[in-house]
Amino acid sequence: MKVMIAAFVAALLIAASAPVILNQFGWSSAEQYSSESVRLD
Amino acid sequence: MKFKTLGAAVFTLATLFINPVWAEEAPGVDRSSTGGAQTLEDIMARQDKMEVDASFRSENLGDPANANSTTERLGTLGGVSDSDTYRAIRYNEIDATTQSRSPAADVMIQDGGMSWYKLREGPIITYGGGALLGIILLLVVFYFVRGRIMIDGGPAGTTIERFKTIERFGHWLLSGSFVALGITGLLTLMGRSFLIPVIGPEAFSTLAIGSKWIHNNIAWAFMLGLVMTFVMWVAHNIPNKLDWQWLKAGGGIFTKAHPSAKKFNAGQKVVFWTVMVLGFSVSLSGLSLLFPFEIFMFADTFAIMNSIMGTDFPTVLAPHEEMQYANIWHSIVAFVMMVAIMAHIYIGSVGMEGAFDAMGNGQVDVEWARQHHDLWVAEVEAKQGKGESS
Repeated sequence: MKVMIAAFVAALLIAASAPVILNQFGWSSAEQYSSESVRLD
Repeated sequence: MKFKTLGAAVFTLATLFINPVWAEEAPGVDRSSTGGAQTLEDIMARQDKMEVDASFRSENLGDPANANSTTERLGTLGGVSDSDTYRAIRYNEIDATTQSRSPAADVMIQDGGMSWYKLREGPIITYGGGALLGIILLLVVFYFVRGRIMIDGGPAGTTIERFKTIERFGHWLLSGSFVALGITGLLTLMGRSFLIPVIGPEAFSTLAIGSKWIHNNIAWAFMLGLVMTFVMWVAHNIPNKLDWQWLKAGGGIFTKAHPSAKKFNAGQKVVFWTVMVLGFSVSLSGLSLLFPFEIFMFADTFAIMNSIMGTDFPTVLAPHEEMQYANIWHSIVAFVMMVAIMAHIYIGSVGMEGAFDAMGNGQVDVEWARQHHDLWVAEVEAKQGKGESS
């Protein structure tokens, strides 16, 4: 059962770190849905 | 040739099955109240996939000869209104350009949205939800008819290591993330129909945002678990002659016999390949949805299917159509996986005495192992006799 709980925790850790890692690789939804000509920021 | 004909027949039947009014013609519409412009009846007929004579729109693209001068109202476009322009775009009568450079921004009109929405809200939910309820009902009936599959003669009391720590970690990583994906996927798919009427739109909004976050991000754990279990177990899941014997005996489920099996029996191999093939497919369509307009697969897939089966699937798809197909395929594959996994969960827990221990603590009763995986036990004992690890 310890292994099962460890795997569930690992799944949550992977989920939490996924957006951060994707952002590090340069992918973010903000860049996907806007272009420089119209971006206001 | 027969294969091609069969493929075409299956596709035709599937098409008609999904939308039985596909080829019906829309009844004549009186457009006098709109001055000849489209009416609500036109829109509803188009959404119902009826054949609509669109010439009243496709041939009504403005007339510069009737242009008002620029000093008059509506004169600045030279006799062509915005509606005329958009009709011309819809029927490819002008070369339009856009200033936005975001992905798929050059597709200004795409008609498939309503078909996708109706398919998603209709047959996908109806048949997918029905399949889930069906397998639950079937398992309940099976439990009461067959009862729990017990160890003949009772447990031996001594155990043997069935799965190592890393194997169980990979299994639970895959299964835990799959259950989370299944629940959040169902909430996303069915929440609009079933939860909003019960908990209201604001509460559902919070739930939907949370579901989307979990679904999008825990998908990486699922893919990692899929790769781990594939690498660890593929060698044990290659089909062989023994599997045919096991299948002919029905796995002993109904006869209470114990057909021989190695580490994985034929039933487990079916689950393994179902999870691997469908898991790979659902991951691909999921990645396509996770990175919108970046991964296109369906046009190429359809081209291959057409060349093999002689079907006539569209091979030129707008980016949005690719996304719509990815979404529908993602749902269908996920439902098939959920049905298969529910049966797997049943037999690995309440359905069979001693089965859960294999993934629970990795140690199974020797008598259970001999009855369900006799050849694997013999292999392990032979290795232990030689002083090797199991």
